[in-house]
Amino acid sequence: MTSQFYVSPEQLMKDRADFARKGIARGRSVVVMSCSDGIALVAQNPSPSLHKLGEIYDRIAFAAVGKYNEFDSLRQAGVRYADVRGYSYAREDVTARGLASVYAQSLGGVFTAESKPFEVELVVAEVGHTQDADHLYRLTFDGSIADERGFVVMGGAADVVVAALRSEWSADLDLPGAVRAAARALHTGRGVDADGPRPPGTALDPALLEVAFLERHPGTSRGSRRAFRRVDAPELHLVLTSGSGT
Amino acid sequence: MLRDDAAVPRTAPVSFSEYLGEHHPGLLPAGRTPGPGGPVDASSLAPHATTIVSLTYPGGVLMAGDRRATMGNVIASRHIEKVFAADRSSVLGIAGSAGIGLDLTRLFQVELEHYEKIEATMMSLDGKANRLAAMVRQNLPLALQGLAVVPLFAGFDTARHVGRLFSFDATGGRYEEYEHHSVGSGSVFARGALKKLWNPRLDERTAVRVAVEALYDAADDDSATGGPDTVRNLWPVVFVVDSAGARRIPDRELEAVARTIVGTRSSAGREA
Repeated sequence: MTSQFYVSPEQLMKDRADFARKGIARGRSVVVMSCSDGIALVAQNPSPSLHKLGEIYDRIAFAAVGKYNEFDSLRQAGVRYADVRGYSYAREDVTARGLASVYAQSLGGVFTAESKPFEVELVVAEVGHTQDADHLYRLTFDGSIADERGFVVMGGAADVVVAALRSEWSADLDLPGAVRAAARALHTGRGVDADGPRPPGTALDPALLEVAFLERHPGTSRGSRRAFRRVDAPELHLVLTSGSGT
Repeated sequence: MLRDDAAVPRTAPVSFSEYLGEHHPGLLPAGRTPGPGGPVDASSLAPHATTIVSLTYPGGVLMAGDRRATMGNVIASRHIEKVFAADRSSVLGIAGSAGIGLDLTRLFQVELEHYEKIEATMMSLDGKANRLAAMVRQNLPLALQGLAVVPLFAGFDTARHVGRLFSFDATGGRYEEYEHHSVGSGSVFARGALKKLWNPRLDERTAVRVAVEALYDAADDDSATGGPDTVRNLWPVVFVVDSAGARRIPDRELEAVARTIVGTRSSAGREA
């Protein structure tokens, strides 16, 4: 008969957190930025079909790093939550805050009760009608939730990317400008483990980027209530090359 | 709810209506429990939506509905809208029990958007028609009590580059229709008009005129179908779907079309 060794709760939680952090640190970075005309979501993602960014509802998007199967099941559960809520109440009753707190409960429950925590980090972004009303909620593997302003970086080299973005970000950036800034910052963060930070100023290869917008006024720009829009490869190429001088 | 899904993702269905059926059956339009006792005729309880016409033209498909709902001999609504965009590239119109039809429409819209978000791709047009048929079938117990909903569904098939048209029966039967079709109390008269007015060379503008004129003929002979209301400035609801997507025809265009038809008919001075 094997005897159970005593593990203090502190040690147990620390081990779980270290485990989850390690998993997340292996992932490539994702940047979510609030801009003058919407929210830009930029992920470093070589796959054109396994998305890290997703639409949740009319004005709400989802961005994640970590294990694909785990965050994709969370994304689908979020879509289900939002659609049920919007269907049984009204479309405007679906808010990022409500969704983020459900995610927080879900992640927190798995962190303490399940055999292994989720190795994911999420952002739930909601575009407001003014920039002040934008919401960026960052959720970590243990269910803690933070209300961020301006921009959020998640994933492996997040510190380097944050440092690179801090000088570039301003509230007046437009969506294409934000994508260019994020692409440059992600390039700086890329391969930081191997040979130190890259020289700033060059942008990441568009084939390695997944980009989506939450447009502030989709009704006037596209005649749709759905603010989420994926930026396809030709448009991304245009965005990255057009303002390369700025 | 969320936690179960996250822990057991494989059991969660892609279909929104199936998910509702499992977890929130009370929210389904057909989820209402029928009253106690044997068969009851509940058809007089709620307003009835009347005539919908739909027709294809090269490069697209059009759907139009009048603005009237009736309860017995009373006009329940002069403003009701019975044709809706289901998603970017398809539309549906409802005839029959109005309240259940509107709920069915809302559920169908969420169903398509839900699939698109979960799967990150659009459902095929045949897939959409099959989903709608399944929803109509679920309503069969209420249909037996006189609360039937009969939708008409039209969309642009992006694979074949044509507009296509589907009708349904209360048991969930799905029938592809060609050229044109209509449902609802005035459909017999509308179909007669469409047979004479439709031709394979219509463009979008003439198709709108044909649809409004068919509805005019339906309203002429069916008391439950509303004609163009020049007093209240109410015109039919008309949607067209082509390769660019679904689009509602603005009221001012419909007003011009309706006034032209009324003018032509009164200057002809004929009885019928």
